[in-house]
Order: sequence, then C-alpha cells, then structure tokens
Amino acid sequence: MTLAERIIARAAGRVRVVPGEIVTCRVDLAMMHDSGGPRRVKPMLDQLGVRVWDPERVVVVSDHYVPAFDADSAEILDLTRKWVRAEGIARFYDMQGICHVVLPERGLIRPGMFAVGGDSHSPTGGAWGAVMIGIGATEMAGVLATGEIWVRVPPTLRLEWSGHLGPAVAAKDMMLHLCRTLGLDSATYKVVQYAGPAIAALPMTERMTLCNMSAELGAKTGIIAPDRMTAEALAATDAGEMMDVADWADSPGAQYEAVHRFDASVLAPQVAAPHSPTNSAPVDDHGCVAIDQAYIGACTGAKLVDLKMAARVLAGRQVAAGVRLLIAPASTRITTEAAADGTLATLTGAGAILLSSGCGACAGYGAGVLAENEVCISSTARNFKGRMGAHSAKVYLGSPYTVAASAVLGRIADPRDFVA
Amino acid sequence: MSGERTGGGVVHRFGDGIDTDMLAPGRLMKRPIDDLAAACLEALDPGFATRVRPGDVIVAGGNFGTGSSREQAAQVLLTLGIAAVLARSFARIFYRNALNLGLPVLVCPAAVEIPSGIRLAVDPIAGRARELDGAGQDTGRSWTCEPLPDHLMTMIADGGLLPHLAKRLAKRA
Repeated sequence: MTLAERIIARAAGRVRVVPGEIVTCRVDLAMMHDSGGPRRVKPMLDQLGVRVWDPERVVVVSDHYVPAFDADSAEILDLTRKWVRAEGIARFYDMQGICHVVLPERGLIRPGMFAVGGDSHSPTGGAWGAVMIGIGATEMAGVLATGEIWVRVPPTLRLEWSGHLGPAVAAKDMMLHLCRTLGLDSATYKVVQYAGPAIAALPMTERMTLCNMSAELGAKTGIIAPDRMTAEALAATDAGEMMDVADWADSPGAQYEAVHRFDASVLAPQVAAPHSPTNSAPVDDHGCVAIDQAYIGACTGAKLVDLKMAARVLAGRQVAAGVRLLIAPASTRITTEAAADGTLATLTGAGAILLSSGCGACAGYGAGVLAENEVCISSTARNFKGRMGAHSAKVYLGSPYTVAASAVLGRIADPRDFVA
Repeated sequence: MSGERTGGGVVHRFGDGIDTDMLAPGRLMKRPIDDLAAACLEALDPGFATRVRPGDVIVAGGNFGTGSSREQAAQVLLTLGIAAVLARSFARIFYRNALNLGLPVLVCPAAVEIPSGIRLAVDPIAGRARELDGAGQDTGRSWTCEPLPDHLMTMIADGGLLPHLAKRLAKRA
C-alpha cells in the first residue's frame, strides 16, 4: 500500500484497502475556521440535537474575518468564540494566523494522522506525513456528530522531482509548473505524493506549499513521506518531542496509478496569468506587465520561509513608485520570528505595508482587494476572476521571490536578476 | 431525489472550470444566502440570477465547482431553484457538498453538447436527461449520465446528509 492507503486503512480499522473501495474512517482531527465552521455547523448540530463527538479532536481557527472589519464579521467572530466555549473546545486559535499554518506550528498535525479540514487547502497537512482532506460544512457537521466520514480510497499519483532548485526558484514555482503540465483536474479524487531528491531537500514550510496547492490539482490530498527533517521540525513545534516517523512510509510493492518525473534543476521561476493557475509559464515569457499591487499573503505564500525569500530580494532596495507591496504574515508567530531575525525590518524598510495575519485579500475577504482593471502579482494559490476584488482586476501568481522582484521594478520581473 | 426532478427546465450552458468564486463570490460570503445567490455567476454571466427560474438545469464542461470548500457554492444553486447540474466532471469537494445538500450533480460525458435554451427533464436516479418540446412532449433526444454512487443512494433518498444523519441518530437512540 502507498502511505496514504496505509493511513486510510488504519483509520478504517482495516488491514488493507484498495483504491476505489468505499470505507468509513474514524477521524483523528477535525479542523475548521470562522467562515465555514461554527456559524455553519452550529445550526446543523442543533437541528440534529447533538454536540461535538470529541472536543479534544476538534481545532477551530478564526482566520477569515480577522480582525473584525464590520458588523457582519464581528458577529461571525463572536459566534465562533461563544460556540467554542459552549462545546468545550480548548484548541481555539483566535486571530493567531491561518489555520493551515497554525495547525503545524502548534504540533497538532502529525505523521500517520487521518484528518479533515473545513477548507480546500487542508491538504497542507500532508506535508507532515498525514492524510488531511478538505470538506464542506455539512460534511463537517456529519464528522462532528459521528466522528466518522466515508472515503472512496483514492489512487496515488507519484510526482518525482530530481535535481535541485536553482537560485530564486521555490516550491511555488514547482506547483505552478504542475498546474500547467498536469491541469487543474488532473488529480481529482486522487492523492498526490511528492518524492525524490528535490523534495527531500525542501524545508517543511516549502513542503507545505506543495501539499497546499495539491488542491489546485483537484487532489483529495497531497502527501510527503515523513523523514528525519519532518521529525526534527515536529520536535521544534509545540509537539516538543521527536517522533519515530520511520513506520509511516509506502510499504514494499506499493502501487501508484502513475509516476510523473520532473527535473527541479531546469525549472525557471513561473508566473500564472489571469484567471487560472494553469496559465503558468516561465516568468520571462510574460513580457512587460506593469503592476499596481504586489501581495505576499495567505496559507500558500506568507510563511516565514516566504517572507525571507521576499527579504532576500528587497534587501537594500525599494518598492517602485506607484506600486504597493502588501505583506500579511500567515501567523502571529511568524510576525514575531520575522521581527526577531530582522526580516520584518528589511521588508518594511523597502516600503512594504504590513497587514494582519489572516486569509485577507486572497479570497476577497480582507484588506488589499483590487479595484476595476488593477493588476496584481500575488504569492497566493488562486487567481480566479473576481476572487481578489473587482471582476476586471487581473491577478498573476508567482513565488514570493517573483512578487518581491516585481514590486521593485513595478512590472513582472525575474527574481534571478536580484538574488546572487 | 427519485424520479424526474424537473418537468422541462431551461438549460443554461457554461464551459470548463466554473469555480466557487464565480458561484459564491468571497466578498459576499458573510452575507445571508439570498444575497450570495443574487450574485451567482455574475462575473461570467451578468443577470444570471434574475433570469434563472426554478426547475432550470445547468450544463457545463469539466471540473465544475473547482476551488474553495465553501458549501454555499452548491447552496446558491439550490436557492435559485436549479434542479440539477450536468457536467463532464466535478471538483471533488463541490461534488460531495452538492449531494450532501440534496442537489443532484450528474457526471454527463456529453454535457457540453446539450444546447443552451432547450427544455430538459432530468432523472438523477436513472441517469437520464431528455429534451422536451414547448408542449412538454418528448422530442426523442436524450443524454446519458453516470449513475449516482451506490453507497450514497440511501443518503440521496433521504434528501441529503442532515436528514440522513437524523434518521441514523434516531435509530441509534
């Protein structure tokens, strides 16, 4: 069995599962946020007359409507706080950052877990060797009521990356390249497993970017087999202990639906043109595209590693006149760390504007949305029409390196010219 | 969800990759469902929400519902009275959300061949969509859909996940 099949089999209480069969899994962890969480599931649970099956296994993160910016968002956050208290859910993170980043910071997602998240980017958890699946609100109400969910055992696509990423090339570029070459529905109902020397060399936060954007391939989840780096990174979180991760791997003779091979060494920085991540191409193919805004934010593109990429480009430089660079660190802990190590000073010294930690403009919720016909380059995951503001706004996607380089030149720029 | 869902709803045809931001725009996600429904597909087809009538049918290409896990993307279609969505393929979270809410979503390999504006009667259980003329008579033209998954039939027959769970929990009590 592949790693994902082994985890699903364990959660289903089965010795073995095969792709295509329907099994019922016990859920180790259910995570939800303020938008799709309590405000949606509370009326459903009330209607069923049940409470959360196990408050110890539930994590709630307020990250979409934070901080409250009008009466509606204030009410949503208030409802979330009251419900969490009433249900006795201790793991509640209010305005501490984006759920997919807060979860591993607190050591809550671990190798071998079977987890669900009330958000499409829940596959992020797979970077830690877990199966973490995105679900909707009614599905979540079902999980909260029963502790179970049905799963059609997904086949696994193995994406092997050889070589090493060049300067100013990042996991985000790998994913944009995959979105173009494989397509946004290439992994629907499948697990995407990332492997190979280029993956092994990536820090956990970059692995999270890969698994995060597995959602953009349509995948049920992304996963990376845990290794020594996973164990050490886990020990550095609130989990605070080394875990024996060796057991969570493919078993001999694991069957993949397909294996695709890629070479990281030849990968150029990628940029996706509006209005789909599939419209990606090497940055230099886009010609001269002037920008109004550069945005570094969201679960995909504002972890500490992402802020450091931007800082490498921005050190000793200034954001171009007439361009705004907005940075919304993915968690408050990241802001603290970036302040301590000087990253933040480099960013703000270059003219970046610091925003609060939350989903923000990525999905058109918070500060930084776009006016009609404006052009933005963003480190986020999606550039669907109208998602970040006005329908006529154009959003390009790139790595934090590329976003920062573009902010400096005022047009989409190749970050390799900035990072020696 | 058994039997024909609509006795001849008008077909609204869309292309590939209809995403959840088009169906339920993020800027309105904090508002009541009626506000979201009024903006459904506005980025692609302004006025869609006012033109559509209860019983109408959406046909589309591949990866319908791609993007967010927001269940409102399916709920707005129910709110507008859409009787069924026929698409070449669906994004997986949207697919489960729709069936959980009781919206029939049918994989129809030839969905994009179904012309906009014709009247369609859809039977989700039989997996069949047939064209009706102005008098409600069968024109003889029909399209085949993949059957809904067997293991979901009880849930679908119960009208969605919540009523299904209510029955299950009542039995357990």
